[in-house]
Amino acid sequence: MTHPLRRAISTVVLCLVVAVVAVIAAPFIGPTPLSFGAVFSTRLPFADNTDAQIFFLARLPRALAAALVGGTLATAGVVFQALLRNPLATPYTLGISAGASFGAMVAITFGFVLPFGLPMGGVAGASLAGAGLAVIVVYALASARHSGLSTTVLLLAGVTMNSFFSALILFVQYLSDFTETFRALRWLMGDLDVAGYEPILAGLPIIAIALLGFGWLARPLNLLTLGADAAATRGVDVVRAQRVAFFTGSLATGAAVSIGGPIGFIGIIVPHLVRLVVGADHRLVLPASFGFGAAFLVGCDVLARTVLSPMELPVGIITALIGGPFFLYMLITRTRNTA
Amino acid sequence: MTRHGPRCDKVQGPGFLLGVLVLSAMVLSAATQPAPKRIISLIPAVTEMLFAIGAGDQVVGVSSFDTYPAEVETRQKVGGLFDPNFERILSLRPDMVITYGSQDELTTRLKTANIPWFSYRHGGLADITSTIRALGVRTGHAAQAQTLASQIETELAAVKARSAGKARPRTLVVFGREEGSLRGLFVSGGVGFLHDLLELAGGENVMADVAREGLQLSSEQLLGRAPDVVIELRNGQAWSPDRRARELGVWRDARIPASRNGRVHLLADPSLVIPGPRVGQAARTIADVIFLQAR
Repeated sequence: MTHPLRRAISTVVLCLVVAVVAVIAAPFIGPTPLSFGAVFSTRLPFADNTDAQIFFLARLPRALAAALVGGTLATAGVVFQALLRNPLATPYTLGISAGASFGAMVAITFGFVLPFGLPMGGVAGASLAGAGLAVIVVYALASARHSGLSTTVLLLAGVTMNSFFSALILFVQYLSDFTETFRALRWLMGDLDVAGYEPILAGLPIIAIALLGFGWLARPLNLLTLGADAAATRGVDVVRAQRVAFFTGSLATGAAVSIGGPIGFIGIIVPHLVRLVVGADHRLVLPASFGFGAAFLVGCDVLARTVLSPMELPVGIITALIGGPFFLYMLITRTRNTA
Repeated sequence: MTRHGPRCDKVQGPGFLLGVLVLSAMVLSAATQPAPKRIISLIPAVTEMLFAIGAGDQVVGVSSFDTYPAEVETRQKVGGLFDPNFERILSLRPDMVITYGSQDELTTRLKTANIPWFSYRHGGLADITSTIRALGVRTGHAAQAQTLASQIETELAAVKARSAGKARPRTLVVFGREEGSLRGLFVSGGVGFLHDLLELAGGENVMADVAREGLQLSSEQLLGRAPDVVIELRNGQAWSPDRRARELGVWRDARIPASRNGRVHLLADPSLVIPGPRVGQAARTIADVIFLQAR
């Protein structure tokens, strides 16, 4: 094994370990002082143990949600950047998150709930439905005049759907009253306070399927970044790889947005940061992005719920405030080192 | 809290003496200028005040969000806080426009058009009666406004007297929530109309230490603050009985004392969230809920 490859693999392992440590450590930090003796006490009944309830019902699900959403958005960003062969692509480029946001806005404004028994709230369910609608429309447009997927048409259709759904979001907000408008705006800033494990469990099967797809995609994506023709000459079933990338990336994005709202920046910053460290091989970039994205969002959420305590800062603000300068720093120092 | 346009005087009342002086100055000032005959109100709470002091006939336009009293349905709708329709406002030829304190662009345009305005911001309970008095002076209904304000103050004093000496249950006032779940909770902080109403009615606001009118409450804060009573206010239509039972079921999973003791109360009544002349009734309703008295 060559030295750079060994270093890259160590980085991947380190990213995943940091993610696990972040999830374990995050519930120990928060605005409410907790007695950790009481949290892990087996003598106190759980129903009467507020410390344990805060730890296990408020903070732990939140850390898990942050890790899942952060890791998923980061890896979806990697997939879309490779599929569209565009470094500016994000999980939100193709209008999937705008569709999800439109679903959420409708649910917030008109206040419907899913039939009880379904493991998610009305807003999360509507958000997922909105994402599904966007996926169908964008795919139908991009494949209408081609046997496979035209990435150019995909990009144009996605950008158009983004604008279309954004207009629908504004229209729905215009119909709502002040409190609904404020709640809707707050949802758009991202919120990982999932208030239990149900929203995570509801999104997990979809994300798991998407991550399996990402695993299969690692090698084809390496070749697709060279261009469709180059990939085809090296034995890649380009159409199938593009379809898998589009659907798994979209599913992952829809599920992540339905859990935590459209949290910005992670899907573009984390993949580029990771590439600066481990190189461009998707077999390394994908797992490292998942680990780093997870750890990064868990950390951002800890800040979100502590810096203005007892109020909370929307996590989407933190990701941009920290991620932006950090990325620019990495960009400058790495570019200087390479030069 | 009120601020007036170029033809009006400022109203600020840090002390009783200053209040009397300002009110006297306003009466003198108002005596020198005619009462407006064509008023547009962009604030539902102020619209209610105008009708309650007998100035309803002078109101020619209201905001798109006005629903009370029923007479507002016969008035022209001229937009809201974010989207006042200036052309429609001008077309109604108003001689006074009630604006919100943050509508700087609108007030600048009104100034250009030489239309007087009366600027208002939501404040605490005391601001309701001071605004009513100021409106009365400005619209030529000083006596009715004085009577109404005194009546509200008497009602509020009676509610306060009812709760005197009683234990004050630790209460959370919720005014927004993602339906079907406990996510996206928006609650009253330690300042403003809802906080004042709760404290006057006999509850102790569990969020009293947060110097904001409203904030989003995390599930950690909900568990940590452990309110004994939750009052959820709903501005829109009342839920159907089935839906109401479902939403109460959501609260039963909250693992807070209020849920365990069946002290989560869902109240669907717009008057409870509008800082207007129905505030006396709102205070009685909140007190009835806090002290579990049949309404």
